[in-house]
Amino acid sequence: MKPAPFEYHAPAGLEEAVGLLAELGDEAKALAGGQSLIPMLALRLAVFDHLVDLRRVAGLRGIERRDGSLWIGAGTTQAAIQRSAEVAEAVPLLARATPLIGHFQIRSRGTIGGSIAHADAAAEYPAVALALGAEFEAMSPRGGRTIPAAEFFTGMWTTALADDELLTGIRFPVRPARSGYAIEEFARRHGDFALAGAAVAVELDGPRIRRCGIGLFGLGPTALRAAAAEAELAGADPAGVDAEEVGRLAVSALESVPADLHGSAGYRKRVGAAMVARAWQRAVQEAGDD
Amino acid sequence: MTDVDIQLKVNGTVRRATVPPRLVLADFLRVNCGLTGTHLGCEHGVCGACTILLDGEAVRACLVFAVQADGSEITTIEGIAAPDGALSPVQAAFRDHHGLQCGFCTPGFVISATALLQENPAPTDEEIREGLSGNLCRCTGYQGILNAVRAAADPGTD
Ligand SMILES: Cc1cc2nc3c(=O)[nH]c(=O)nc-3n(C[C@H](O)[C@H](O)[C@H](O)COP(=O)(O)OP(=O)(O)OC[C@H]3O[C@@H](n4cnc5c(N)ncnc54)[C@H](O)[C@@H]3O)c2cc1C
Ligand code: FES
Ligand code: FES
Repeated sequence: MKPAPFEYHAPAGLEEAVGLLAELGDEAKALAGGQSLIPMLALRLAVFDHLVDLRRVAGLRGIERRDGSLWIGAGTTQAAIQRSAEVAEAVPLLARATPLIGHFQIRSRGTIGGSIAHADAAAEYPAVALALGAEFEAMSPRGGRTIPAAEFFTGMWTTALADDELLTGIRFPVRPARSGYAIEEFARRHGDFALAGAAVAVELDGPRIRRCGIGLFGLGPTALRAAAAEAELAGADPAGVDAEEVGRLAVSALESVPADLHGSAGYRKRVGAAMVARAWQRAVQEAGDD
Repeated sequence: MTDVDIQLKVNGTVRRATVPPRLVLADFLRVNCGLTGTHLGCEHGVCGACTILLDGEAVRACLVFAVQADGSEITTIEGIAAPDGALSPVQAAFRDHHGLQCGFCTPGFVISATALLQENPAPTDEEIREGLSGNLCRCTGYQGILNAVRAAADPGTD
């Protein structure tokens, strides 16, 4: 249970870090909090000749308002996000999702950039980013770019990032008036990765829904948007919407739902539908009370 | 592979060493520092036996490379009691409330409970359960541990 030997790099700047990744190619991997990477190295599910530790890289940490969004540095720990009054106020869905990640001993090291880049299908943050329409800032030797959450998660543990590209920050839209948020998941024990879950964001405009974002996790090879349900809900009057129908619609088009000894694909779909229905109800209620 | 020079403070003592990058902090503490109170169960982040304080926060010492801890301050189970050996309130409560049997998981539980009570000095039962959900115990059935943490949080109740 010991990781294979590797060469350790701890660059102080972003340019140096992406330069190293470019030079070393697919034999190198970025190391952030290590809470996903180190278990994979210990189990030898992954072997890299070089690890590029991001802990010294300046400018990767922090939580601040930037032109109407809340910017969170990729290296910000889940614990710092949980403690932040700014996050609770501006991006309540992110604040509510954070305590569901593992245990506090994991969150003290795990970073938001690591959670997003690792892109585990059952992780909470990718689904939250999808539901809110967050944007990811990335940097490579070719320069910086912004990737919308909806274009980022491309498959099982794979993302739109190139091998020599790092996430530097995530921009979340600041909560508008008359909006509501909820995340619901079903896990066998607190702190386990969820069997299935849903993050829902609802924005009202007068009596109608202006925007509804639904992010699903544990229900495919990667976090997914329930696009059909979202489209159906936009413009609708929430009073006439049946929560269970929202749940059914959200999971109806799902393909390749995971199946293992903890639950068949059919079971996960039913749990997923129930999680969507619950989260929808709570989100829409909060938006109406707001 | 190139070894790396590190310097960190462990239970108040400065330690310098040259270590291979793949050495995890738990092994550094046990082998290089001789502090065998930090136990290794699963070695991949699931059991909590290796929990230590790193710059005051509870972390899994099997999920931190020693090189990543360069420049930080570590407290292990050996650093929890007072210098004269007097048990900390959490340690004393574990003894008084049968919070351990074989003792393998105990260092991790004591550190987790210490960190939990530092952040939240008066946790509800629910919060205690949640706070300790990242530590596994194969012996006690957890009730003695819960009683111990409850008592350590509020020594006046019994
Ligand atoms: C017991 C246990 C339970 C857990 N439970 C949950 C859970 O319920 N929900 C959940 O979501 N997670 C859970 N996790 C995983 C945890 O949240 C990880 O912290 C997170 O997935 C990875 O973040 P990290 O900073 O530790 O990244 P690392 O482990 O350091 O890296 C993970 C991956 O992301 C890449 N990466 C990291 N930072 C960047 C960056 N800035 N740019 C580009 N690539 C980057 C790395 O190269 C690596 O491939 C659990 C972990 C453990 C050990
Ligand atoms: S040995 Fe570290 S969590 Fe099990
Ligand atoms: S006392 Fe034996 S594992 Fe907990």
